[in-house]
Amino acid sequence: MQKNAGIRLARTIHFICNNEIISTEINPAASALDFIRTQLHLNGTKESCREGDCGACSILIGELNGSQVNYKTVNSCILPIGALAGKHIVTIEGLNQQNLNPVQQSFINESAIQCGFCTPGFIVSLTGSLLSSSKINYVTLLAAIDGNICRCTGYASIKRSIINFVDLHSNKINQANERTKELVQYGIVPEYFLSIPDMLNNITKEAKEDYITNGLVTAGGTDIFLQKNKEIENEGIIFIETDSKLPKIYIENNECRISASATVNEIRESSILNKILPDIKEYFSLFGSTQIRNRATLGGNIINASPIGDMTIFFLVLNSILHFSEDGKLREVSMSEFYKGYKLFDKKPKEILETISFRIPEKGLKINFEKISRRTYLDIASVNSAILINVRQNIITDISISAGGVAPFPMLLKKTSKYLNGKQLCLTNLKEACEIAEQEISPISDVRGSAEYKTILVKQIILAHFNKLFPDLIKAEELVW
Amino acid sequence: MVNTDLTKHVRGESIFIDDIPVPVNTVYLSILFSPLAHGKIKKIILDEAIKVPGVKKIFTAKDIPGKNQIGGIVLDELLLAEDEVTYVGQPVAVVAAETQLIARIARNKIKVEIEKLKAITDPREAFAAGELIIPPKIFSSGNIETAWKDCDVIVDGTTETGGQEHIYMETQVSLAFPIDGEGIKIFSSTQGPTVVQRIAARVLDLPMNKVEVDVPRIGGGFGGKEDQANAWAAITALAAFNLKCPAKLVLPREEDIRVTGKRHPYSSDFKIGLDKDGKILAYEFTFYQNAGAAADLSPAILDRTLFHAANSYFIPNLKATGLCCRTNLPPNTAFRGFGGPQGMFVIEAAIFKAAQTMGIEPDVIQQKNLLKEGDSFHYGQNAVNCTARLCWQSLDSKFQIKEIKDSIAKFNSSNTLLKKGMALMPICFGISFTNTFMNQASVLVHIYSDGSVGISSAAVEMGQGINAKLRQIAAKIFSVEISRIKIESSNTTRVANASPTAASSSTDLNGKALLIACNTLLERLLKSAKEDLNLKENSFLEIKNEIVYSNGNPTKSKWIDIVNSAFLKRVNLSTQAQYATPGIYFDKEISKGNAFAYHVYGTAIIETTLDCLRGIYRIDSVKVVHDFGKSFNKQIDIGQAEGGIVQGLGWITIEDIIFDHEGKLATNSFSNYKIPDIHFAPEEMLILPLENSTNPSGVFNSKAIGEPPLMYGIGVFFALANAMKAFRPNINISFSAPLTPEKVMLKLYSRSKEKSSNYLSQ
Repeated sequence: MQKNAGIRLARTIHFICNNEIISTEINPAASALDFIRTQLHLNGTKESCREGDCGACSILIGELNGSQVNYKTVNSCILPIGALAGKHIVTIEGLNQQNLNPVQQSFINESAIQCGFCTPGFIVSLTGSLLSSSKINYVTLLAAIDGNICRCTGYASIKRSIINFVDLHSNKINQANERTKELVQYGIVPEYFLSIPDMLNNITKEAKEDYITNGLVTAGGTDIFLQKNKEIENEGIIFIETDSKLPKIYIENNECRISASATVNEIRESSILNKILPDIKEYFSLFGSTQIRNRATLGGNIINASPIGDMTIFFLVLNSILHFSEDGKLREVSMSEFYKGYKLFDKKPKEILETISFRIPEKGLKINFEKISRRTYLDIASVNSAILINVRQNIITDISISAGGVAPFPMLLKKTSKYLNGKQLCLTNLKEACEIAEQEISPISDVRGSAEYKTILVKQIILAHFNKLFPDLIKAEELVW
Repeated sequence: MVNTDLTKHVRGESIFIDDIPVPVNTVYLSILFSPLAHGKIKKIILDEAIKVPGVKKIFTAKDIPGKNQIGGIVLDELLLAEDEVTYVGQPVAVVAAETQLIARIARNKIKVEIEKLKAITDPREAFAAGELIIPPKIFSSGNIETAWKDCDVIVDGTTETGGQEHIYMETQVSLAFPIDGEGIKIFSSTQGPTVVQRIAARVLDLPMNKVEVDVPRIGGGFGGKEDQANAWAAITALAAFNLKCPAKLVLPREEDIRVTGKRHPYSSDFKIGLDKDGKILAYEFTFYQNAGAAADLSPAILDRTLFHAANSYFIPNLKATGLCCRTNLPPNTAFRGFGGPQGMFVIEAAIFKAAQTMGIEPDVIQQKNLLKEGDSFHYGQNAVNCTARLCWQSLDSKFQIKEIKDSIAKFNSSNTLLKKGMALMPICFGISFTNTFMNQASVLVHIYSDGSVGISSAAVEMGQGINAKLRQIAAKIFSVEISRIKIESSNTTRVANASPTAASSSTDLNGKALLIACNTLLERLLKSAKEDLNLKENSFLEIKNEIVYSNGNPTKSKWIDIVNSAFLKRVNLSTQAQYATPGIYFDKEISKGNAFAYHVYGTAIIETTLDCLRGIYRIDSVKVVHDFGKSFNKQIDIGQAEGGIVQGLGWITIEDIIFDHEGKLATNSFSNYKIPDIHFAPEEMLILPLENSTNPSGVFNSKAIGEPPLMYGIGVFFALANAMKAFRPNINISFSAPLTPEKVMLKLYSRSKEKSSNYLSQ
């Protein structure tokens, strides 16, 4: 059993902002954005939506890893100051040099700026990708700004800026392990970045930690902070360690274990998981944005108990087990039995979700994830669904389908799955399964769609699963009904 | 060209109002908004709230020294509610406190007892109840009554277009300072400094000369800060004036979305008649405009709907009725296009439906009826320099409409679950404020003794590039380095009585005024230089790239020399100039006149792909030939076109404003009101300028660009409709925008009858 739910809170928080060491005794639950703007007077970081949905407040957060610093782009509005302890944060001001850096210059070259309010966030996000992506090309840079909203340009000039940057610079940036040095050499980030590892080593040594036990338990906080925001400042906060040096994803006895504190991006990029769950990179690109995925954790998504949590819906079909601990006592709950009602679940108040485990799917099992939302990226699903299925000689031998947005909690379509198990894979059976699914779900009309829409979606998504996994058996023409 | 504004933006160094350092004694404001859409205020209980440590004062209507009235066109809007609330989000009380957090905590402790009254959210219901803000407006031409009998095909129907939230990235913000105990200075994120000045003066009972409004730049406006900044500026001014200390108000995003007005939803009826060849002979329609609880700019917006109801088509017999319906929603307001898009959607829907009935493609009708030179608009103006047909033809020759259609047909025949659809979307948009008197602007230009130039105008830089364009104009007239030119903030003490930065006209109006001012100064300088160089009166002197030329030959005098010399000779190096658009008038009694200085034309072709299994879609391309006139800043103009198109297609596709029956906004945040992101924006946007176009009415023959391209986005609706019909040929398209994935899915798969997708507004 891995111990990674260390609860800690440093009374004085030390971190580096740009090239300056900051020490503060401010409430660790306070928003980093407010601190940056009102205490550090760094006004290039903008407040716009204040819920992690626009990227105008994007900053980089760098964590020491050996002699290197790993940088990620995050939304500072829903980032508690406590999470900055021992880290390096970079605002737009920390990227400025005497002359415009190449990322900034590419925006000028293509006039990719109108009102300018979102612009610093775009520059920061792109720089975050340059610091962290192994490959630099148009696709990776475009993906890096999936959490940045611009209302003026229509994005066309921003796309041209990226092309301009890639044309001029991407061939120079190719050393993933010496990336910071490379970027300093080409003037993309300032020289002080090179001295950050030493500075971080020093402040980490200085930091004294106090342990507290009261307050709201949070990991990435991407949901809690937009739900509660101001209240948290008064309630107190407990951070679950999200940057433990222990492995967060590993295989033991044919079981895959994922730390609850693994972020969505850590899961997406895990070589272990990509091997056993081939398309997760693609599936989870639909989860939030780069900034959100860098903070949001698997545990947070499960405990938040949103009826449409993307990760939850996915891990449900893997028949995952949730491992809880409370004062050293361990307890296991099957994820399929965990949810009891709207935001009601089988967890004692002081229990902390430690890990999620699932048996490695045996050979032949196929998996698919579908998500329908008004906007494909950075949106909450109207309905999402995952399937795990095995078909032998045209007979379904094992199946599990989950669906989100159709019940008060993330749901396993048990009746539908049961009906299909052992059946021949054919359209008649699928259509019957759709009818059973319709009976099994209880969607409500809300801002994500009417009940009727969600009902249609569930049925269409079931068909989409099969169309995608078995295109030779379930023909497109047959799905027109 | 180095644009200093852009350089500051990419470095995060440009100052928006929320970035201005404030003194320690600044108070922060938080507003208690009405929780109900309609009711009688029985009691406002402040006791608990006022006890919160750090609270300085709580303002209600009775604390207003002047008039509690912020209405513009109609005086029907209170700053703070008195005995009635008429929409959810109406300001009722204002807490001023030492910090923003304290102000919000105290605000949440205010209790208001309200007796609930029936709320109306639907414009047709409002009309039936007699709730009209102004009398019905009627525009007509020809003889509609006799025209119907000449028609071979008559089609009627209804359409709905939804509201649209502006989502300027910078929310509404205001910062006010008391000045000398008798006046006030307000930094406001507004498109209309003069309007803010007028309203704040009215509320504080001050003459306008004691209210100074300054706008450094704003983080997006799109019409949402034309009149809607007034309340926040007036509230901040009220607190600062009363407490004699600076006061600041930044609307949190959730409040901004919830309480400010949006693009007007319209519900419309149409009837269109054509001959057998597809020529439109008659068009009659009624617009039910959902104005919200107060007039705001609704009457002017309704006017523009009526002006643009025939889009780019010549229709000989037309009757348009516009109804400005009062409902219990936040007062709706200007939004890029200003009613034009709502009108154009209806004619496009009518053409689409007529084409279906006739068994032809809509573009046959569209093309056949495009305006020609000299055609008369239904408001009496003739189409001059009309490029509607040229744009269409140019689009066809550049992009080959038939080839696009063929490739789509081929794709659709070889794909079962993916279907493509295309549509053409011509536009025509009149340039000028439809209120004639507003078509004026003035500038103040100083040449400093070191040769640098400062320009003040009332044009507010909000991303549209007006500052860059004004600098270009001055640099060109003076023929000096552009780095010599600085654009000052928009400030009411330097430029008075200004129209808001709106109606796409800020370059035309301010640019023309600047041309006059610069030419006046240039004349003075050259006169002085002639004296210095001992040249005859009639010799030809000019400046080229900072050097003075005499009769085509360079002299040893440079810009800086002649400026210096003129200064020492006590030549006036400052001037103010005003421009008023000539030749425009409009008789409101008969709804006829030359309302516009000129028109902007263009045509777009749009391609979309629909995933018919999942009901989701992609906008593949928007290709346009647009009449820019002679653009003098192509990057800015193309950027405006691209940005406008994406806003327009956002409005028509995923931007879904949902109010419940109680008038409460359900889509009150970025997480449930989705605007296009980089992946939703069209994969390909190609904007080609119409070649050899010119426009004598514009600056250097350019044309206004801000609003017109937004309306290309309307075509996305019809492209998607065609894709839906490719999958299900027998469906009848409901003309209800936005065409969300939900509406698409319900249309393709619903077993129940027609229904609205808005679960709350069914």
